[in-house]
Amino acid sequence: MSELLVVEDLTVTFPTSRGPVDVVKDVSFAVGRNETVGIVGESGSGKSMTSLAVMGLLPPGATTRGSIRLDGAELLGRPDREMRRVRGEQASMIFQDPLSSLNPYYTVGLQIEEMYRAHRRCSRKEARAVVVEALTQVGIPEPERRAGYYPHQFSGGQRQRVMIAMALVCSPALLIADEPTTALDVTVQAQILGLLAGLQRETGTGMVFVTHDLAVISSIATRVLVMCRGEQVEYGDAEQVFAAPRHDYTRMLLESIPRIDDEVVL
Amino acid sequence: MARYVAGRLAGLVVLLLLVCVFTYLIFFKLSPDPALMICGKTCTPDRVAQIRASLGLDKPFLTQLGDYLSGLVVGRDYGSGPNLVRCPAPCLGYSFQSSQSVTQMIVDRLPVSATVAVGAAVLWLIIGIAAGLLSAVKEGSWWDRTAMGLALGGASIPNYVLALTLQYVLVVKLQILPFPSAVPFSEDPLLWFQSYLMPWLVLATGYACLYARLTRANVIDTLAQNFMRTARSKGLSPALTMRRHALRPALTPIVTIFGMDFAALLGGALITETVFGLNGIGKMAADSIAKNDQPVIMAVTLLAAFFVMAGNVVVDLLYTGLDPRVRVS
Amino acid sequence: MSDVLLRVRDLTKRFTTRGPYRRKNEFTAVDGVSFDVRLGETLAVVGESGCGKSTSARIVAKLMEPTSGTLEFDGEDITHAAGARLARYRAKVQVVFQDPFSSLNPRHTVERILMAPLDYQGIAPKGGRRAHTRELMERVGLDPDHAHRYPAQFSGGQAQRIGIARALAVNPKLVICDEAVSALDVSVQAQIIELLRRLQRESGFSYIFIAHDLAVVRQLAQRVAVMNKGRIVEQGPCEEVFRAPGDPYTKTLLAAIPRINPAWDRRRRAAR
Repeated sequence: MSELLVVEDLTVTFPTSRGPVDVVKDVSFAVGRNETVGIVGESGSGKSMTSLAVMGLLPPGATTRGSIRLDGAELLGRPDREMRRVRGEQASMIFQDPLSSLNPYYTVGLQIEEMYRAHRRCSRKEARAVVVEALTQVGIPEPERRAGYYPHQFSGGQRQRVMIAMALVCSPALLIADEPTTALDVTVQAQILGLLAGLQRETGTGMVFVTHDLAVISSIATRVLVMCRGEQVEYGDAEQVFAAPRHDYTRMLLESIPRIDDEVVL
Repeated sequence: MARYVAGRLAGLVVLLLLVCVFTYLIFFKLSPDPALMICGKTCTPDRVAQIRASLGLDKPFLTQLGDYLSGLVVGRDYGSGPNLVRCPAPCLGYSFQSSQSVTQMIVDRLPVSATVAVGAAVLWLIIGIAAGLLSAVKEGSWWDRTAMGLALGGASIPNYVLALTLQYVLVVKLQILPFPSAVPFSEDPLLWFQSYLMPWLVLATGYACLYARLTRANVIDTLAQNFMRTARSKGLSPALTMRRHALRPALTPIVTIFGMDFAALLGGALITETVFGLNGIGKMAADSIAKNDQPVIMAVTLLAAFFVMAGNVVVDLLYTGLDPRVRVS
Repeated sequence: MSDVLLRVRDLTKRFTTRGPYRRKNEFTAVDGVSFDVRLGETLAVVGESGCGKSTSARIVAKLMEPTSGTLEFDGEDITHAAGARLARYRAKVQVVFQDPFSSLNPRHTVERILMAPLDYQGIAPKGGRRAHTRELMERVGLDPDHAHRYPAQFSGGQAQRIGIARALAVNPKLVICDEAVSALDVSVQAQIIELLRRLQRESGFSYIFIAHDLAVVRQLAQRVAVMNKGRIVEQGPCEEVFRAPGDPYTKTLLAAIPRINPAWDRRRRAAR
């Protein structure tokens, strides 16, 4: 399979008062086109740092080693000016809390439009048409009118739809979703997961799905990377990781999940 | 929206009325008898009674207050017969000292205070926001630490110290500037500018220091927001990210504070105007307090209260325009 | 029925807010809610954000006055209890909150935190403060030697154990857990659920367990009340409600829960 994203031996180091700390240690994984790879771990596992490293959005002071290749081209070590062209155009990202991730002072239309215009030469009018189309695609009703709304005028689920519309407006090859459904109610979460899966079928976008929720990963990922304290615990096909975990930590995580369909002894 | 504005304006009128009642109570009831002061040393009880009558001080308190309020709205008459004086609305009475119409005194002096306030505001906004922005972007740098140290120091210097020091150094010692005098702009623009430069600097210093620290804190806070991370993840240029996504959220709260500070200054910069001998509302207030010129004290208090309250309303209205979350569909 | 500890009837809470344009907005957060909590049982109140579950909990904890409806605890009407009667009620009903750190005073030691409910009641613990603190810490699985540490020195799971120990300090009859395990990592969550079950077995108090996660509720509750838009749409024994939900909303809620591929799960367990 030709891989879209290949991460090899990625190490992210933060300087601290007690010397440098590796928040991500020798992590390797790959994402194919039209494929979803899940990164799972508990808080502090380094899963978010891994995704930020791919986007070149690590906090200042962080250093990286290893290799991140998108479509065969090395991303690590590229100057920010070049990374800007990658961000949004080839790879884009959605986040956990859509309300705080959107700027409260601007309409969602403008926030999608500015992204499109940052990467494509076009008039505002053309960009507006693209915005309306993008909003339609993610199932926002009355997209022409809603494009003029501010983030606070949407519900939580709709805000995440807006984020997805924005992330996909330049048709990137890779979408990184960092806990995109964690802040949402279960029924809304189910809708957003369905939307992401549907859009992936249409566009063939490769997806990295970062979450703490193994059940969510099981429903959408083909490959799974399990992380703990910055280290790669286990990486393999979803079926293998869930049906025959090789590592005790994965097994412990799977045992810990409360299950809805089980017989429970109270 | 119209209902909201009308509601706020009605609230403003009610508040002003309350301020009127309280200041009237304080200045006319709890202060020494103005008739005795006007009468001077060679005073007879008859003369005092006469003055009291001419000022309306012999009437009951509520009648006096009613007269004052109706004077404000429709004007009032003083004295009777051939001595009758018509004081048109808004009538604030006559100065006990100079017998001038207080309304006229304010009209004469307001431009001076406004000039002081506007000039100082322009200065402190430019300096304060620019310094704060630079500090925020280069947080922890040599510039940041120096600027913020200076700002802390600058904000703690009392105005009169700064005013007297500047005057001594620039006018007396170095003789770079002439002694300030109230020259209208139309007469001699250069002298006008030179006269106002020191008051502007003095007033702007404290505010600029405050605004620099405020801007820095707001910008740093905004840069750490999630939507800034989103903006960068979209591949926007750093300039656009900063200008559009950071500045507006960071500076909007400053508008609120600026509105209040500016409004308060319009009511007169007491110390600065007095030190530099500028004949503005602030100096008038200082003089009237020194001489217990109650109608003037009362008028200045009302004016300051009016500016602060009106500033409040303007800021709130502005805010609904600046922050979409405050708007209501 | 004599084994009913808490009887809630027609509980309604309306909020009136004044909009910025002086428009009056009325919002019914809880709309005619009735339920019973029996001695020693766990009643789960579940629903999505804004369904009124937390407001109901706050009213039961007497942190908020209901607009109408009645609360009866141990046969006594405590809807409008105040003063000494309220203090007595508070000694029997304790709350464990979602965010352990924001609900523990960062400047107080564990001992001071754990003794605060007793101090409020004016009770001197038997055997002294130190001994009582050590006993409470042992019961919730904390090292009693850490009694003089501050909340920030503990992990999220440990801090939640402190919150639980504080609730137990006065020997309550009812413990209200308001999303008490929602903010925790799954491995920690499993431990805290186990702890809550053990404590109930040991002491026989009742729980009202407020949660949005139905799978967690399944581990803990005998009975469940499902809330939607301020109303209870369905309530009954956990097994029945989850196996054969009667209300369409409950069905949607259950269907939306993400599940691990059951075939994979079975294979993993078979290999164990």
